Order: sequence, then C-alpha cells, then structure tokens
Amino acid sequence: MNLFWAFVIGGLICVVGQLLIDLTKLTPARILVSFVVIGCILGGLGWYDRLVEFAGAGATVPLPGFGNVLARGVRRAVDERGLIGVVTGGFTAMAGGVTVAIVFGYLSALVSSPKAKE
Amino acid sequence: MNQTESNKQVYDAMVKEASPSSAIFMNSLRAFFVGGTICAIGEIIHSILTNVGLSRDDAGLVTGAVLIVTAILLTALGLYGKLGRFAGAGSIVPITGFANAIAAPAIEHKKEGLVIGLSAKMFVIAGPVIVYGTLASVIVGLIYYFVRS
Repeated sequence: MNLFWAFVIGGLICVVGQLLIDLTKLTPARILVSFVVIGCILGGLGWYDRLVEFAGAGATVPLPGFGNVLARGVRRAVDERGLIGVVTGGFTAMAGGVTVAIVFGYLSALVSSPKAKE
Repeated sequence: MNQTESNKQVYDAMVKEASPSSAIFMNSLRAFFVGGTICAIGEIIHSILTNVGLSRDDAGLVTGAVLIVTAILLTALGLYGKLGRFAGAGSIVPITGFANAIAAPAIEHKKEGLVIGLSAKMFVIAGPVIVYGTLASVIVGLIYYFVRS
C-alpha cells in the first residue's frame, strides 16, 4: 500500500478532528465517540473499505477505522449466524484491540506513578 | 490539573483573540503532520507484517496492537501527554489516542484504589467510545440483517 496516501489521508482525518475542536467546542471525548460512530456507519454502507483500499493505515489507524472494524465484524457475524451475529459481531471485532489496551493500560498504571505523567 | 486546565483555556482564548485564523491553521498543520506520521508508521508496520505472511485482517489487528502498546508506554513515560499538547487532534484521533485515553486516567487515579480508581477511571473516555461503537454496530447489524434477506 502507498505510504504517501496513508500519511495524507490519515493527516487529513486528524485535521477534521482539530477543526472540530477549534471551531465547535466539541470535547475530545465527543470527537472520539463521533468518529467511531461515523466510521461504523460508513463501514456499514461499505464505503469506508474503499478508503482503506486507497489509503491503508491512513484510514484504519484513525478512530473511524475502529468504527469500520465494528461494522465489518457485525456484517460478517450476521452472514455466519444471522440475528445472533447482530449482538456478537461488534464486540468480537473490537475484542483484540480493547483487550490489549486494557491489559497494557492496567500493567502500565500498576508500575508507574502519577508523577511520571508530568 | 484543573488549575493548569483553566490556565490553558485562558491562554487559548488569548491566543485566539490575538490571531484567530493563523492559530487555527497552525493547529491543523501540526495535527496533520503528527496524525499523518502516526498513520504512516502504521502503514510501515502493516506492510512488514503482510510481507511476513499475515493475512490483511490479522496484520491490521497486530498493527493496532503495536500502536496501542507503544502509545501506552509513551503515556506511562509522560511523553504522550507532551506530544498531545503539541499535536492536538493529531494525537487524539489515531488509535494511539484511544490507548492514551485508557492509560492516562488509569495512571492518574491509581491512588484512589485498584477497583474504583485505576480500573473504573480507565473507561472514562474509552467507555463512551465502546458504548456508542457497540450501539452503532448493533444498528448496522440489524439493518444489514433485514436488507440482506
């Protein structure tokens, strides 16, 4: 995949976030939530995968890519298990990333002191 | 924390008054370069992993995991916060920002206990992301289920 487009598209998605912070007073938490939901909707429509084809990690690394993973996961689960997949797909798809974040977040908090943050 | 936060807001307001459009332009430029660089690093990791023989899905997952672990280590060392003050959304929007949002409050609230402090605060921002992400995935799944049949 193309490194240049990963850089440009990934950078532009972050610029959208930055403009939302500067121009609308949306808090970072709300932006994260919105980006994941938007990514999930675009993923559900099958549009986000086209951006992934084009920009690779430029589309998968920003948080809309996380939403797209949820959408892809739920669609696959519905294909395999029907209605049950509706309630298993999203969580299954995010399991790996969230588990890594929890385990390492927990361990890092155990071994580091709040002071080290400043 | 609150003190520095309000100082920051006062400072931001002063900056905005002095040079509104150029400040916004510079913020966007910094977000672009830092966010783009994080994505480019992700792309490099991803292409190494697919060259080694991982499937695209697995390579995507491992790439995310590597970025998450790196961001958490940088958070513990206090470096991700510094990056954030420079890069704004450039460090918030990538998956590394999600990892930082889990680790930073966990470290900060550790002294309030391992359950109510560290573990609960871990999800101050990640929790809403997971909640709304899950809700969105259920809606997408339901629509897909009915459209498909």
